[in-house]
Amino acid sequence: MSIRRTPRTPVELVGAEPGPAHTIEFDGRPVPVLPGRTIAAALWADGVLAWRTTRVGGRPRGAFCGIGVCFDCLATVNGRPNQRTCLIPARPGDTVTTQEGHGRADLAV
Amino acid sequence: MLTSPSDRYDLAVVGAGPGGLAAAVTAADHGLSVALIDAGPRPGGQYYRHPAPGLGAAHPERLHHGWSVFADLSARLRAHTGQRRIGYLTGHHVWTAEPGEYWRLHATVGPGAEDAAVVEARAVLLATGAYERQLPFPGWTLPGVVTAGGAQAMLKAGLVLPGRRIVVAGSGPLLLAAASSLVAAGAEVPAIVEATDYLGYARGLPTLLGNPAKLAEGAGHGAALLRHGVRLRRTSAVVEAHGEDRVTGVTVARLDRDWRPLPGTARRIDCDAVAIGHGLIPQIELATELGADTRVTPDGAVALAVDGEQRTSLPGLWAAGEACGVGGADLAVAEGVLAAHAVSGRPAPAGVRRRRDRRRAFAELMAAAHNPGPGWTGWLTPETDVCRCEEVPAGRIREAVDDLGAGDARTVKLLTRAGMGWCQGRMCGPAVACLAGDPQARADSRPLACPVPLGQLERLAERSI
Repeated sequence: MSIRRTPRTPVELVGAEPGPAHTIEFDGRPVPVLPGRTIAAALWADGVLAWRTTRVGGRPRGAFCGIGVCFDCLATVNGRPNQRTCLIPARPGDTVTTQEGHGRADLAV
Repeated sequence: MLTSPSDRYDLAVVGAGPGGLAAAVTAADHGLSVALIDAGPRPGGQYYRHPAPGLGAAHPERLHHGWSVFADLSARLRAHTGQRRIGYLTGHHVWTAEPGEYWRLHATVGPGAEDAAVVEARAVLLATGAYERQLPFPGWTLPGVVTAGGAQAMLKAGLVLPGRRIVVAGSGPLLLAAASSLVAAGAEVPAIVEATDYLGYARGLPTLLGNPAKLAEGAGHGAALLRHGVRLRRTSAVVEAHGEDRVTGVTVARLDRDWRPLPGTARRIDCDAVAIGHGLIPQIELATELGADTRVTPDGAVALAVDGEQRTSLPGLWAAGEACGVGGADLAVAEGVLAAHAVSGRPAPAGVRRRRDRRRAFAELMAAAHNPGPGWTGWLTPETDVCRCEEVPAGRIREAVDDLGAGDARTVKLLTRAGMGWCQGRMCGPAVACLAGDPQARADSRPLACPVPLGQLERLAERSI
């Protein structure tokens, strides 16, 4: 039986008092972001785990290694594809879109 | 300004984790001019990863073990940067090193052709750390399946969890640390699934007794987990993750001595995330590309070979921490201090050397205890993607081996593209080598240690002509 004397969230655990949330846009809808979080962390906090579909199978993917090694968390950020969202701090007004395949459909290759 | 690329340093340290920080501040204490180069925005590396200032964390230490060590190192770093004895370069990804009387380290700092930096130093110390080893299983590409270290990293830096009910699985001491921080942060961990039986540790009793701090650390995690009702399943593995667009559960099976799943032992556990890892792999490509000697650690990974003073086989190149074999933050600090003394031409304190030797012995015991058994391939299906980037399934790799005669990872790569994608085989490399029946673990060859914009490569080529 689990005894829960500990906090219920990571923010509570470290006694965090973040600055006011800002907003980014993910696939056309607003996502609130606590200051300092990466794009991947902001999406996790919003319950989003996938923001890419693979080139071959069209399968959903999101953050896997969390440290910039695996490249699974690629997304299109402000129009630029193949960005490692686990490394990039979310800035107010950033536009993030689910990246399909290699993210270069505009090049027609 | 000391951080101008035109400056020449006595020592350049690559990596601002425990080993690199300890080396940089110790060398600066001894009067050396030091460049500390790190890819991250804040010091600490992966182990002492901590929330961005904007998150206003009053107690970051609650997510860490040994935070006071880091607090001391970072205070000394601040003092030295204030006095300009250390040039601290954040956000610098070093992609290649050129040896010479003065080494030249090439770093990328952004996507533009002009976003390049060169650091020159008489000596270089690599404290580049490690990344996690993964063994694939059906469903491991589903969203919600993350690395154990990744779950830790996202929690420590971003104060987020991938789900509420998280199965922690794989092998190695990181699982206990990850699980205890996940439960502390409010997650429910229905099980820790560990492939070994821990009996490997019992064979090294004298080494265990020589490392009471490591035992206490393990006991601390154990007590925290017990308190939260977390169940540890030994000699077991997650053999499948279930779900369509995200993970909804896993199947866990018991393993035989060789990690082969035992028929009739499968049990399902519902969860909305999985944190998985099978130990760590030293990140050493900057040195191996130049031909530095390596050694195979007892868990089959390749690490840099160093002497008693942390010297690699290349003149002027030193290494500390996980790059020399994975052994934890305490060992990394001891090795960083030793290396800095040697680079400064000073005798190292005997106590540090003893601590290094004891911790290194513990690291070797730990690696042996968690060495993956060959039977893990028994949980793959032909459709299981092994290479996540190029989406190469196990069946295609087996075809390359059985029908086309590939006998090593490199040939498999050429025939199937496994390991040829974005991550350059960092995620699938060990698994592909195992499936290929590669007889001898060897260092991966990667001319560039991280992605480099072509414009920056072009600049290097122009300069070299």
